Amino acid sequence: MSDFGKYTHAIMRAMPASLSTAALRSDNVSPVDPLGVQREFDHYVSVLRDRLGLQVVMLPADEELPDCVFVEDTAVVCGSTALITRPGAPSRRSETVAMKGALTELGLNIVEMNDELATMDGGDVLFTGKEFFVGLSKRTNQRGAEILANTFKDYAVSTIPVEEGLHLKSFCSMAGPNLIAIGSSDAAQKALKVIQQMSDCKYEKLTVPDDRAANCVYMNLPGKGDVLLHCTPEVFPESTKVFERLKSHMLIPVSNQEKMKVDGALTCLSVLLRI
Amino acid sequence: MTTEAGSETDVKKEPEKVPEVEQQQEQETVPPQTEEQSSKPAESEAPPTAAAAADQPQEENQIAEPQSEPEASASPDPSSPPAASAQKKEKGISRFLPPWLKRQKSQSQEKPAESPTPHTEPIEEKSVKEEDEEEKKSGDQPDGGAAERTEEVEVKEEAQSRPQEEEQEKEEEEKEKEEEKSVGSADTQPAREEREGEPEVKESEEKKEEKKEQEQVIQPEESAALLPHKLSKKMKMVVCHVTLLDGSQFSCEVEKRAKGQYLFFEVCEHLNLVEKDYFALSFKDNAEQRCWLDPTKEIKRQIRNSQWQFAFSVKFYPPDPSQLTEDLTRYLLCLQLRQDIASGRLPCSFVTHALLGSYALQAELGDQDPDEHRLDYISDFQFAPNQTKELEEKVMELHKSHRGMTPAQADAQFLENAKKLSMYGVDLHHAKDSEGVDIMLGVCANGLLIYKDRLRINRFAWPKILKISYKRSNFYIKIRPGEAEQFESTVGFKLPNHRAAKRVWKVCVEHHTFFRLTSPEQPTKSKFLTLGSKFRYSGRTQAQARQASTLIDRPTPYFQRTSSKRISRSLDGAPMVNISDYSRAVDSAAGGDNGPALELNSDSKSKLRVQGENIYVRHSNLMLEDLDKTQEDVLKHQASISELKRSFMEAAPEPRPSQWDKRLTGSPATTLRLQAPGAPQISSSLPEADRRDASKSTEVKPEVNGQPEVVEVVEETVVIEEVVKAKPKSPTPEPESAAQDRSLSSDSESEDEAEYHAHTPSISVQLIKEEPEEELNQQAPPSEPEPITETEPAVPAPSAQTEEDEAPNGHSPIPEAPPTETEEEEPHIVNGGVSRVETEVICCSEPPVVKTEMVTISDTFAAQKTEISTKEVPIVHTETKTITYEAAQLDGNGDGEPGVLMTAQTITSESLCTTTTTHITKTLKGGLSETRIEKRIVITGDSDIDHDQALAQAIKEAKEQHPDMSVTRVVVHKETELAEEDD
Repeated sequence: MSDFGKYTHAIMRAMPASLSTAALRSDNVSPVDPLGVQREFDHYVSVLRDRLGLQVVMLPADEELPDCVFVEDTAVVCGSTALITRPGAPSRRSETVAMKGALTELGLNIVEMNDELATMDGGDVLFTGKEFFVGLSKRTNQRGAEILANTFKDYAVSTIPVEEGLHLKSFCSMAGPNLIAIGSSDAAQKALKVIQQMSDCKYEKLTVPDDRAANCVYMNLPGKGDVLLHCTPEVFPESTKVFERLKSHMLIPVSNQEKMKVDGALTCLSVLLRI
Repeated sequence: MTTEAGSETDVKKEPEKVPEVEQQQEQETVPPQTEEQSSKPAESEAPPTAAAAADQPQEENQIAEPQSEPEASASPDPSSPPAASAQKKEKGISRFLPPWLKRQKSQSQEKPAESPTPHTEPIEEKSVKEEDEEEKKSGDQPDGGAAERTEEVEVKEEAQSRPQEEEQEKEEEEKEKEEEKSVGSADTQPAREEREGEPEVKESEEKKEEKKEQEQVIQPEESAALLPHKLSKKMKMVVCHVTLLDGSQFSCEVEKRAKGQYLFFEVCEHLNLVEKDYFALSFKDNAEQRCWLDPTKEIKRQIRNSQWQFAFSVKFYPPDPSQLTEDLTRYLLCLQLRQDIASGRLPCSFVTHALLGSYALQAELGDQDPDEHRLDYISDFQFAPNQTKELEEKVMELHKSHRGMTPAQADAQFLENAKKLSMYGVDLHHAKDSEGVDIMLGVCANGLLIYKDRLRINRFAWPKILKISYKRSNFYIKIRPGEAEQFESTVGFKLPNHRAAKRVWKVCVEHHTFFRLTSPEQPTKSKFLTLGSKFRYSGRTQAQARQASTLIDRPTPYFQRTSSKRISRSLDGAPMVNISDYSRAVDSAAGGDNGPALELNSDSKSKLRVQGENIYVRHSNLMLEDLDKTQEDVLKHQASISELKRSFMEAAPEPRPSQWDKRLTGSPATTLRLQAPGAPQISSSLPEADRRDASKSTEVKPEVNGQPEVVEVVEETVVIEEVVKAKPKSPTPEPESAAQDRSLSSDSESEDEAEYHAHTPSISVQLIKEEPEEELNQQAPPSEPEPITETEPAVPAPSAQTEEDEAPNGHSPIPEAPPTETEEEEPHIVNGGVSRVETEVICCSEPPVVKTEMVTISDTFAAQKTEISTKEVPIVHTETKTITYEAAQLDGNGDGEPGVLMTAQTITSESLCTTTTTHITKTLKGGLSETRIEKRIVITGDSDIDHDQALAQAIKEAKEQHPDMSVTRVVVHKETELAEEDD
């Protein structure tokens, strides 16, 4: 528990050019700016590597896999065990291959979700440091959650219905060891209620006006303490103000405007682990 | 008493086979003693079920044997050996018997259980005792006196016939007399028992301090020791084999009728364990299900035909083992956890297996010694269900890193890691949801967890649970409505069988009590009526255990660590300890609060039981852990209630916060209880109003009157809720018919059910003090309504005085508000249930009488409403129908207007088939003082109830009780349980 957020490595994957055109997306409102999205990505990488000092393992892009930049969905790492998922979108299933290779190389115990009835996107998995919550969404099903529970037997694994949004973490994430950032929508609040009911732990909540702003990246790094990557004031001014109230955190606004168009959130871009 | 008891025990063996008919006749016509005697000869040696029942004074007293059987016996199998069948027969017979008879019987039997003295004759003595008890308990038992005499006579005769025993008997008699003298009231029973013990055993003084249970256990032994000849004759000893946590066997001879407690203490003594509250003995029933040995009940009755083979294990896993005082306790907990882990009961990851294994090694072997510890040293240990070479290597690697760690430190580390496991301390039970999907119910310190496969799909924390009950093979929990929800919901689960349902229910009751309460409920104090299973956890709670731990003052006990070895190995080398020292004193630290005294209040229980309904109304302290009413409080409360009857309350000038604390919930019924069992009308006897209170009220009045603007609006709402069960049970409350029902179902315990209210069944009825009992009476004539008063913990208790000031019938100092003026007010009661009334009561503001009817199916799964959640929907096979009649003038808007709550009171009473909850609130709104009484009557019956009559009666009574008030709303809520044939 005390190890929560103490990461040493980040696995990322370079962005394919096909992202802006072929990535799966839930709404078609605005086109993705290829340059903008790359700029955001680069900034993200530099924050992790240069500013925070994490070892960033960058997997090569695969043009055949337009969504491959969102590595979070392909693996769930907890402790020294990694569960290679079976992404809910068939087009993304092959993304796991590279991830598995990287995790194996890093020496983690690999568990693969081979059950053909199981699906899971890592974006539906919220690990609080004490337990797992798995969103049951379009991308993740009960069977997938069961396999996760079997993989991480030390922890309680509770299922949370996700009625709106792509993933569970589309509207929530951990903003601290005992702090859940949560959006304000009804769906988000409802999910939070379920989380609270299902848990023996008393989590504090950080409610932000915008659901998508509730996805942030928390780390606890040596010499830096609590670190939080969160939305930028340009995109979500009100939500940013909420984050800025976290005085003890090192707050790092990271723009994610372009990737958001293809349902990409801050947590989606990396798999964080500690070795 | 001890002597008597001893004799009783002996006698008892015989009674079981008594022909049913005889028993019935005898019981009905003849004083109880006679019947018992007659019956005894016929009965075989099978341990009297009744006796077992008797053992647990609190829970089972009143309940007839049938109930006790199910609880006591672990084996659900109908096809039990001859002895069992005999028992069952008895049960069947007993069902026919009038409740009071049964009660007596059980009581008598109880005694034997308590003091298993060897001598045989005194069946009569038993009966006498019983009667004594009864008398003491209820004071007015008509037959009691006569019975006593007869018994005495009989005893004397026997004495003559048996010269040897004469002396003893005489002694006993003397003791009895002494006891009688000493014991003035029913409540004194416990004291009396202690007394008895004294003459024979001088040690008793110490023991007195100890818990009564212990005393009971000990006394028999001592007495036995005193009478060696008798012992040899009649005392049957059985050897119990107990598997200890390190895999070794401990053997111990116990008297055949010894209670679970005796054996448990023997084991604890052997282990030198002081912090024993977390542990218990278990056994496997015929179905190979693990059952906990109830310390307060006879062992034999619990294990039935199973072998006298037990396992000592952890029952309540301390959430924070570091708070345990002794290393020995932690060590034992470690052993349990190692077992749990190795068996797969406590799942954990590879890494955790390795880590915990390494601590186990360190604790047991000390630092790794490269020379001594070759690669295979580790294979003697089992760290995981499927132990791989890889795991062993990892364990050894980690073992190295623990160098220098003492065994105690290693244990502590082990526990620190183990306690974090999500399944730590979770007691799993297989069940199905409403759709037949396999799930697991996990009972733990914090509440009830629902799993599907490994996934947690729901969780009900104790505070969220209002009531726990089981019926047949179904297990139900009633959930407190969430913020946005109006209705309480009931979630049902299907267990494999009735026994399983009961088992999970019991485990829930025990865990709730242990982890949530500061002290176990005291049946004595709580006058709440119990139907069906009286089971309650009687041991110490965690809070008490911790408290006790702090007082431990002894040098750290030495103990040898030997165990995590593979089971086969440990068994081979298991040290056998044989303890035949029967008279050993039991450790004084024992823990149940339930003494014999508990038996006292169970008069009417037997009747209840007849109905087959187990209803437990719990002292509200469930949620308010600090509420502990003293007897005094209860009495006070009763007085206040009686006053309520007489008078309506006046508006208190100001809210008096301080008074809330004083408020108590008493059971108005106490008085009623005293009446003879057969007396149908209890209502007639109303307690007199408390003068003091009255005077206070008067004082208050002036103030009220002084404010011209204060107008008191009195409103009374009667909610009658009927639950009609589809079951074949006879609806009649009459003992006899009920008895029949019982007999019918005697073999199958399917009818058995019980409820456990986590907190007050909160019906927010507003205001006025009424005696629920009257209504109860009408509906359940034959049975003695035991009024149960519940205090709602959350509700601030206004002092009784405020509420009770006015004389009921006589004067209404406060201007009666015309019905029109009545406002529906929302009770701002603190307790969770408050809103419930409203939900159930549908208000219509339309003129004259509006009748609305709606059928609802309660919404069960609050949390998850997705597909998945829907699957988990509870098995609720109920149809609900609600009809509301309202006076035309009702101001429908009233609800929204809060006002200042001045007083609130909830009174709950239960009888055989009715539960009445009266909620009285007094609110000050603007210039208006409004008093509202809301009364909910729940009539439970197996067949159709004449609603109209019941309703009419209820309304009539309400009017009579509160002539100056008007009935503004009547809601009839009918819930029909669809028949479900299951076991």
